[in-house]
Amino acid sequence: MVRGAFIACVALTLLYVTLPSLVVVITAFNEKALLMFPPEGFSTKWFIKAWEYDDFRRGLHNGLIITAWASAIALVVGTMAAFVIERFEFRGRRTLETLLMSPLVIPHFTLGIGFLILASGISMSRTWSVVILCHVVLVLPFVMRSVYVSLKNIDPMLERAAVSLGARPLQVFWRIDLPLLLPGLAGGWLFAAILSFNEFTATLFVTGQRTQTLPVAMYTYVREYADPTMAALSTLLIAVTALSLIIANRFLGLARIFSIEAGR
Amino acid sequence: MNRGRHSAAERPAYFAWFVAPSLLVAAVLTAALAVLLQYAFRQHVPGSLQVGGFTLENFGRMSNWVYLRVFIDSVLLATYTAVLSLLLGYPLALALVRTGSTLLKGTIMIATIIPLFTGDIVRTYSWLIMLGKNGFINGSLKWAGLIDTPIELLYTMLGVTLALVQYSLPVMVIMLAAAISHINTDYEKAAANLGAGSLEVLWHVTLPLSMPGILSGTVTIFAWTLSAFATPQLVGGGKVNMVSNMVYQLGFSNFDFPFAATLSLLSLGLIFGILGLLGAAMRRLERLGMS
Repeated sequence: MVRGAFIACVALTLLYVTLPSLVVVITAFNEKALLMFPPEGFSTKWFIKAWEYDDFRRGLHNGLIITAWASAIALVVGTMAAFVIERFEFRGRRTLETLLMSPLVIPHFTLGIGFLILASGISMSRTWSVVILCHVVLVLPFVMRSVYVSLKNIDPMLERAAVSLGARPLQVFWRIDLPLLLPGLAGGWLFAAILSFNEFTATLFVTGQRTQTLPVAMYTYVREYADPTMAALSTLLIAVTALSLIIANRFLGLARIFSIEAGR
Repeated sequence: MNRGRHSAAERPAYFAWFVAPSLLVAAVLTAALAVLLQYAFRQHVPGSLQVGGFTLENFGRMSNWVYLRVFIDSVLLATYTAVLSLLLGYPLALALVRTGSTLLKGTIMIATIIPLFTGDIVRTYSWLIMLGKNGFINGSLKWAGLIDTPIELLYTMLGVTLALVQYSLPVMVIMLAAAISHINTDYEKAAANLGAGSLEVLWHVTLPLSMPGILSGTVTIFAWTLSAFATPQLVGGGKVNMVSNMVYQLGFSNFDFPFAATLSLLSLGLIFGILGLLGAAMRRLERLGMS
């Protein structure tokens, strides 16, 4: 009895979590332009419309540029910062770490409006560099976190062995630490890229007509039109996300990334 | 864990090059927050983007019922969301950690994690289709003959809460699962051997032992929900407003950036305060030997 109730509870919650995505997918194939349930007819025209819609194309293009720059910069800056913070004692170490990790708890709208005011103060408002910098700040903690985890798993003996064999400090980092960090770096970069590409709130504050990303273009579309074009685009995004997560789960093991392996 | 950090004397030549970029990023972030703080004490000049002199007026405006109400609604929504996510998330996290089936584990993992990565807009849009007058819920109820006229779900507290809980569940499940997976199952087995039923084991052993996860999950979701924007913006549709929506409206409709900055800072303070309390509570739990 208890077991049955438990299973029902889990099943219902799973349904609640997944139903909205399923409904979006069904809506995307609706024939009619009105959002109605149950849907009538079957059509793939909304996918074509989504693909051909100019604002979405520009948003995708802008978004990919911003994501590429932001995730690459965050990867380099975050790796170096995490390495130095983890391995060296220096004045202001704690403060630096707290500051760099703080975007995890600062609301995105607070950061967004802060960057907007700052940018307009130095007459750079709505430029690419401000958007990219804002994204770097937002995704940096995720890169640093995965680097920390990987750094803890490096055997210090390896570094000492390299030093005793005459390797200079930078060589030790380059030839020993960096190769061992690679899986962690790949994970951190992937998180950073996905988060930057989908980031909406702060981006809405700092982008303008010229720099708007896909989520911002989608937001503008939802406010103006109610046809299933958005459902079609959402379906594509859900499919791509699901696919990459299934691949990540197969090769990396999401349970390991989130440290929820079964109990002892 | 800490294997001893290198001291100042042992710093290699590359040290400065490694720190410099992150110092720059930290400086930009500090500047963005400092400018916000500075704006909070400036006068708004209507019709102008320039700000006036220093004033405390912005904080005085908080006593206005309109703004107070938005803060109260935000805290209410965050509370509902945190409690409901805990109630729904716990069984899911328990199943995720304890199931023997890899298929079920994978399904729960993927199903809870996907919404986390698809982004605010896709998630929020799906709730517009769920809750609308001709949306999925009303359509299904009408089709089943349970209602004649559609129920108002969009632009209500209930609708916003439903969407926010779905948005928060993945994080809650991850935090709870991490806590549950660290429980030594021997305690549960011992309780069962001594004749405790499965509900008794859950109530007297598993739940208390996962208390650190329950506490940090609930508080994290509470703080996280306080910073939600897309969901209340679209599902709330101007009828249900959270602080974020008020900040956006003040900034982009009224160009009242000083007051928008004030509200942003106040919610930031609220979040820091709550997380500070959580930190204190966790240290207490640790001293009691529970984590």
